[in-house]
Amino acid sequence: MTLEAAPVASEIEDHLRAQQQKSLLRFITCGSVDDGKSTLIGRLLFESNQLFEDQLAALEADSRKMGTQGDELDFALLLDGLSAEREQGITIDVAYRFFATERRKYIVADTPGHEQYTRNMVTGASTADAAVLIVDARKGALIQTRRHSYIVALLGIRHVIVAVNKMDLIDYSEPAFRAIVSELSAFAMRIGLQDVTFIPVSALRGDNVVAASPNMPWYRGATLLGCLETVAVEQTRLQHAPFRMPVQWVNRPHHDFRGFAGTIASGSIHVGEGVRVQPSGRESAVARIVTADGDLEQALAGESITLTLADEVDISRGDMLSTVSAPAEVADQFEATVIWMADEPLLPGRPYLLKIGARTVNVQIGELKYKVNVNSLEHVAARTLALNEIGVCNLSLDHPIAFDVYNDNRDTGGFILIDRVSNQTVGAGLLDFALRRAHNIHVQALDLNKGLRSQLKGQKACVLWLTGLSGAGKSTIANLVEKKLHAQGRHTYLLDGDNVRHGLNKDLGFTDVDRVENIRRVAEVAKLMVDAGLIVITAFISPFRAERRLARELMNEGEFIEIFVDTPLSVAEARDPKGLYRKARRGEIKNFTGIDSPYEVPERAEMKVETAHLAADAAADLIVRELARRGVIGPVV
Amino acid sequence: MPLTHLQRLEAESIHIMREVVAETDNPVMLYSIGKDSAVMLHLALRAFYPAKPPFPLLHVDTTWKFRDMYAFRDRLAREVGMKLIVHTNAEGVEKKVNPFTHGSAVYTDVMKTQALRQALDQYGFDAAFGGARRDEEKSRAKERIFSFRTAQHRWDPKTQRPELWKLYNTRKHKGESLRVFPLSNWTELDVWQYIYLRQIDIVPLYFARERPIVERDGALIMVDDERMPLRAGEIPRMRKVRFRTLGCYPLTGAIESNADTLPAIIEEMLATRASERQGRVIDFDAASSMEKKKAEGYF
Repeated sequence: MTLEAAPVASEIEDHLRAQQQKSLLRFITCGSVDDGKSTLIGRLLFESNQLFEDQLAALEADSRKMGTQGDELDFALLLDGLSAEREQGITIDVAYRFFATERRKYIVADTPGHEQYTRNMVTGASTADAAVLIVDARKGALIQTRRHSYIVALLGIRHVIVAVNKMDLIDYSEPAFRAIVSELSAFAMRIGLQDVTFIPVSALRGDNVVAASPNMPWYRGATLLGCLETVAVEQTRLQHAPFRMPVQWVNRPHHDFRGFAGTIASGSIHVGEGVRVQPSGRESAVARIVTADGDLEQALAGESITLTLADEVDISRGDMLSTVSAPAEVADQFEATVIWMADEPLLPGRPYLLKIGARTVNVQIGELKYKVNVNSLEHVAARTLALNEIGVCNLSLDHPIAFDVYNDNRDTGGFILIDRVSNQTVGAGLLDFALRRAHNIHVQALDLNKGLRSQLKGQKACVLWLTGLSGAGKSTIANLVEKKLHAQGRHTYLLDGDNVRHGLNKDLGFTDVDRVENIRRVAEVAKLMVDAGLIVITAFISPFRAERRLARELMNEGEFIEIFVDTPLSVAEARDPKGLYRKARRGEIKNFTGIDSPYEVPERAEMKVETAHLAADAAADLIVRELARRGVIGPVV
Repeated sequence: MPLTHLQRLEAESIHIMREVVAETDNPVMLYSIGKDSAVMLHLALRAFYPAKPPFPLLHVDTTWKFRDMYAFRDRLAREVGMKLIVHTNAEGVEKKVNPFTHGSAVYTDVMKTQALRQALDQYGFDAAFGGARRDEEKSRAKERIFSFRTAQHRWDPKTQRPELWKLYNTRKHKGESLRVFPLSNWTELDVWQYIYLRQIDIVPLYFARERPIVERDGALIMVDDERMPLRAGEIPRMRKVRFRTLGCYPLTGAIESNADTLPAIIEEMLATRASERQGRVIDFDAASSMEKKKAEGYF
């Protein structure tokens, strides 16, 4: 060690202060292992001195053992987690890597490039300020590159760097590079990418990654790192947009303090400035911006703050605070782009949960307008979305929300979809625009209501929802129940496959999508009939919990009586009154419940009748007695 | 004016903590007394100010921490005025499980992994904050910020949920729980810079000082109390050392250093060429040991 004078304390502190002024850039890398993506990230980590000695020693050992680069370091091995996963068949994921320069800290979202990992790329892109697209110079802009560009544009990433890699393998040829640039530029323009920078690099040799390449004197632009150092951060753009803050948590330590905590999604806010609470529309002004270090005068997009208002306004989690001069839009119906992320397909009509900002609401997805072929960008007609597919559809929420169009603001225009039974995140979406009709439909108040109508009939209106396997005896029992009620002078109606499938639902088949729609329509019809004061009996297999729950939630408390007609599959199959099981076993009927389509057993049915040991007539008696017990009808005599 | 990287990291961590408090029933913050815990606790105090963080702290105590750590923990809990739960696996204590005779694998399983599960079950916590960071180790790079555990506390890589934008899906079935890592996107250097920026109080063991040291299996181990059996030829010598990470003293290697102030530590960090986990004996047991421990319920 040389006898350099140790820096004095104040110099260190100056240096530290400078370090603390760094900005943060998040970017995603798109490309496959074959394009040299791992090598490129590995080289960035290496050249920005982010590798520690023990990691470097491990890399040297691995390079000798498994590397593909002779005696040289194989940077791809640094990121070997992904290949190991692929061998094990585990979900290939987004890996986050970190490095820093004097100017910036970087968070790299590293995702696999193949089509079956579209959802991972979407996840990584959702938080990225910029994207680095890696193209193999020998292959040019492949379909894969177009897909990556499309997803990057869709997710609203405004700055794209195309790293044309492996230039060393084409003798650093300028014409070859230019050809790729002109082809991809035209495509980028078409899909709305405005800021695209092309850089010829060799990740393996280090050309134009961190240092300018002596091998390509014809290229006078910035290096890859040089470019990343100057790309604008998305948050900076958002600081100039109108103020938005979803209220995440109401802070009430005692009666004299009521603070609203949240992360500012866009714009800035000053003490004294007016805010509108959305969707309620009430207005007030900011009284204080409170922090542990004392009050602030103003706060900016990206900061997590707590503010108090001048007036007592009713605000809870999920509300949005907006600037008065340019508030957010409020609506409950939208057109949206949805990216599907689950193995089970999206089923239009099925209710899901939608989380946006700090708010979670029920959503129904309407018919799909089309899905997008991510390779050709063609619009394709579709009735459902499978894993990794992207489509456009209408959404209908059960509550109005305040929002911005996704392209203006990701945090107030992006949402996730959650399955209500499995609790899994099944999709992500971007709000494109509100549907105007949402504002124009008003509920017509009528003078007569359900209570008056059923009173006249001497009964309480309700639905007896019989569910169970084909051949369990639903229709037989339903028919007997209706006869017994009729004999008592009750007003009833029986909905079953025969009277529904031949008319109202004759356009529907037996795929999962159609089954969901079938039940949705039945549930809506049943609801109208309950409103008319009737006792409605339905007899449908209705195999999915989610649809039964949808039907239940359309009715008021106590109006939905789920009756599980429970028969073991073997018994139902032995009965086989319509010969359907035999056909299904022979493969002549597809999607047959119990054979090649699941039946989800009810978890909280109001009643269960086991028909393996109980005659249909006795089962019907049980049900009628249960109705009397519940006060739906008078006592059974 | 873009926010600085520390401002953005701070805002993200606060956002995550508030989300957990808003959407779970009974959260807890795991407090391990180390620098990451110190930063996490500081962020919690900011996130909920002027209220106190609406959850207790939980220290899973193996009984083998450094004495300085216990003293620091008790003082800090008093100062911040939050409830501190200390849980030790009583069965492990009864069986005298220790890192010397049982080896680090068994010891960690009994005194950390099992102890943590006991505490979470006993108090019915449905969400636990942990201070783990993605830069610590390769297998953590893909860890979600919200990590789901089954009712048996197992981590199933196949049921982890995608995390888009700032939207976290916290819904779970009864019995399932969440582990939440608000410092996921922080690096070791970020943590030190933030400690310096906010002047956060940390255990003195992080600063270089003369300490009684023996060299064992290539690591510098501090003889913190009389429970440590010395091997033949081992004589504790006073050496100027500090710790980059703090765990159980017999399993935590020190480094020789003169850095006795925060700026000096950061200066050393910027020049250092060895990664943080090198000082942790626990990682050396088996390849991909962290992956395995995680599946079993280790934090």
